[in-house]
Amino acid sequence: MFTTLRNIGQYFLLLRRVFSIPERKTIFFKQLILEIEKIGLNSLGIVIIISLFMGAVVTIQATLNLINPLLPNYLIGLATRDSLILEFSPTMIALILAGKVGSNVASEIGSMRVTEQIDALEIMGVNSANFLILPKIIAAMFFFPVLVIISMGIGMFGGWLGSISVDVTTADFLEGLKYEFIPFYVTYALTKTIVFAFIITTVSSYYGYFTKGGALEVGVSSTKAVVYSSIVVLIFNFILTKLLLA
Amino acid sequence: MITVENINKHFAENQVLTDVSFVFESGKTNLIIGESGSGKTTLLKIMIGLFESDSGVVKYNERNFTEMNFKQKKNLRKEIGMLFQGGALFDYMSVEENIIFPLTMFAEKSEEENLERVNFCLNRVNLENTNHLLPSELSGGMKKRVAIARAIALNPKYLLCDEPNSGLDPKTAILIDNLIQEITQEYNITTIVNSHDMNSVMEIGDKIAFIHQGKIWWKGSKEELMTSDNQELNDFVFASKLFKRLRKKF
Repeated sequence: MFTTLRNIGQYFLLLRRVFSIPERKTIFFKQLILEIEKIGLNSLGIVIIISLFMGAVVTIQATLNLINPLLPNYLIGLATRDSLILEFSPTMIALILAGKVGSNVASEIGSMRVTEQIDALEIMGVNSANFLILPKIIAAMFFFPVLVIISMGIGMFGGWLGSISVDVTTADFLEGLKYEFIPFYVTYALTKTIVFAFIITTVSSYYGYFTKGGALEVGVSSTKAVVYSSIVVLIFNFILTKLLLA
Repeated sequence: MITVENINKHFAENQVLTDVSFVFESGKTNLIIGESGSGKTTLLKIMIGLFESDSGVVKYNERNFTEMNFKQKKNLRKEIGMLFQGGALFDYMSVEENIIFPLTMFAEKSEEENLERVNFCLNRVNLENTNHLLPSELSGGMKKRVAIARAIALNPKYLLCDEPNSGLDPKTAILIDNLIQEITQEYNITTIVNSHDMNSVMEIGDKIAFIHQGKIWWKGSKEELMTSDNQELNDFVFASKLFKRLRKKF
């Protein structure tokens, strides 16, 4: 209990150091571009593959449950669309990114800590927390929503491929995709994504930044970063759903 | 000049430093020697504020570092160059980017002037034409030299080196030692070197402090060290047969 409270306190103290004005804006923007590439663009492949198959599986499962003479076939497209927008794309992708980006961020910062690179920054008079972590947070909060929108699109495409495999017509599937579309669902999904992006980068950075020891501890920090950011993402998924949809 | 007065530090149950006081003079290579785990690195990290001492004072030319706030410490640190044990070069930056980093961050100069300074520093450590190499492409000795070049890029008044020649072959170690000494004398800076390498002590030790059991056990010059009758110091310095034989000659 004491350790948890200490971790939470240390986390917020770290955030206070992170959110200060960067000393050199040109260096900050250079870092930001690097992070957008590392955190965002390099995650595009995995997001596309997962979304494609996730969409296909959701459609096949929806078909198995909704094939009924009393129910119209377009419901399969509708179920696929709403499942993807409301939950699968934002939350599932966030959990995948917690694994990929979270472990990457924690191990990168952790390695810098144990090889004294963070100490070197501090000695130079650089606010290391701000220099290393802020670009990651902004890059993730900016690019994760892009990844989620791509995931929604690819997921629906995968859903269409899945629908072909279970003999649902393209017309029925497309009608379902368009049927009674509620734009707020997208707003809800993107709001969640931005919050998840913040959680994943800050929690992972926290575990990386306070790594003590050597290579073994960097691995431990990386694992903790993935586990705890996933847990916090799921908790906030519940809270945000309750606040925004219930 | 850097002064430490009555520094105490403990980690959990372990008292690491007890009442440590010493004056590190400018224009000289000041050596802190002692066994591994004797508290040398802890003292160095207290001096630059990476660790907080339990009590005691650190002064940089009469400026009380211990009482400074975060911003004041940050400003003072711009006058300090630090050479870490492993070099602490930024992995993802090239040699040039590593050295230009503090310049871009703090020196109000044009890019051309900064590049000129980078080349000057690289030239000073005999590493011309390595600008675009990554740290992973450098040998241990080259990494240390790049780290020295980065440490002197902002013309520091103080140079702190934590075991600068650990893991290096004797020839490269002497090269690094000599480089540190030359820079110290050339720019009249206060240099502190943590070391347990006796070759370094004999090569560059202008003023030496021996830390044992967390206390300053002995202080003096390298000439005085050769004739000291301090038992713990002799056990440490003349541990090898070579140094024992050398001592007999004095």
